[in-house]
Amino acid sequence: MQRQQRFESQRAKMSVVRPFDKLPVLNSAAILLVGTDEDLQRQLAQTILKEKKDFKISIHLATSLPLPAERDHIRPRIDLIVFMINVQSKYGFKNIEASLAHVDANFFLGKVCFLVTGVGRVNHCSVDMSAVRKLGDVYCSPLVFCELELEGIRISTAQRLLRMLQICAGHVPGVSALFFSSLMRSSNDE
Amino acid sequence: MAFLLRKQWALYSVTPLYKFSYANMKEYSRHLSAFVAAEKQKGLAMVVGIDLSIKVIFSTLLGLKGTDRDQAAILVQIASKTQTISGKEEEKVVWSGWFCCVFGDELLENVPEDFICLPLFLANGAETYTAIIGTWFQKTFDCCFSRLTISPLNLAWMAAMWTGYKVDSHAVATELIFSVPCIPQRLDISYAIHPEDAQALWDTVQNTQGEVTQEEVDLFMDCLYSHFHRHFKIHLSATRLVKVSTSIASVHSDGNLKILQSKYLIGVLMLLTELAILQIQ
Repeated sequence: MQRQQRFESQRAKMSVVRPFDKLPVLNSAAILLVGTDEDLQRQLAQTILKEKKDFKISIHLATSLPLPAERDHIRPRIDLIVFMINVQSKYGFKNIEASLAHVDANFFLGKVCFLVTGVGRVNHCSVDMSAVRKLGDVYCSPLVFCELELEGIRISTAQRLLRMLQICAGHVPGVSALFFSSLMRSSNDE
Repeated sequence: MAFLLRKQWALYSVTPLYKFSYANMKEYSRHLSAFVAAEKQKGLAMVVGIDLSIKVIFSTLLGLKGTDRDQAAILVQIASKTQTISGKEEEKVVWSGWFCCVFGDELLENVPEDFICLPLFLANGAETYTAIIGTWFQKTFDCCFSRLTISPLNLAWMAAMWTGYKVDSHAVATELIFSVPCIPQRLDISYAIHPEDAQALWDTVQNTQGEVTQEEVDLFMDCLYSHFHRHFKIHLSATRLVKVSTSIASVHSDGNLKILQSKYLIGVLMLLTELAILQIQ
């Protein structure tokens, strides 16, 4: 999987999101939300903006990758990519699977996270849960399950993402994004 | 068995029945008849002499088992006596319900001795009767009924598997109904496929005989979705599958089933038993 990504990224240099190709800006961080459910994305972005924080944050929304190349020079360095998977839509899931190919392999060292919504309504699930879990395993990234329509859960998810963003942007001394792999170790792995 | 076909059945999952005995079915019939009569009279002024003539009949259904470890299926029918024009008394079945378990044994291994496992319940007839029968069973055998709802994933499995079953006569078009969440009014899309085309597609997708994998089901559905997209530019994968109709049976996500062919009845019941057991656990 990773070798295929490197090959594709060499072929289309401009279309891949890279973690280290730009200089960081002082005391600011950028988060990229990718998903087909635009309303939910916007709600989550607004909730993140409302949270108290001591650094400048820029939130980028996209329905799929690659990001348009024309605006690449004004886009800041992306510190955390959050893929929003809605298990009620197979179309959205396939979209995310295709978008993952446009992310540089170095992002998957803790700077990518999967947000899984829609699991609460069992009768509306169109995506097999084992396929979602397999995605998390293959891309070595944590799965966060939440129901973003409920305000309380949306706020706590926003707080969690903000904390992850701080660590990914390097604002927390002594803690790096590589530590997120401990989030994925389950008791079965012992 | 023919009376099971071409009727609309509401699906329920039932937890194991405590101390149900096949030998006491006559007694159960009597108790339940009295219970139904009493419930029906609630709220009506008591007039002496009117015989509501409702009778409940318990019987076993043979041949609705997967393995020998499955319990025998039970049929409950409510019959009411009516007077025909010629003055003769006629008994008519107004409500039927049956419990069954098909290939459920490996999943119900840990059940203690006094329990009978018949996780799938199907009811046809007035909703009030279903509620009365359900209440009596829940009080008498300490079990729990809940409506069996089916997710789009499982509906896709049924669409793929039932398309694969070979039908000799009256092959009906395979129809899939999708629900699109639209404001203000919900939109339903109906996608009908010629049965021979659907079967040809499934034959090319399916590799090993007798075994169906999630990848094969996904591929089958993806082919149907991309064909629809090519013609109508609508992504069906972004909608929710709510109803599947094939020549074998038709099933709705709310838990409504209609069986059209008796040849593959066991296969249909096997899938539904599995879903019922998953819902109970």
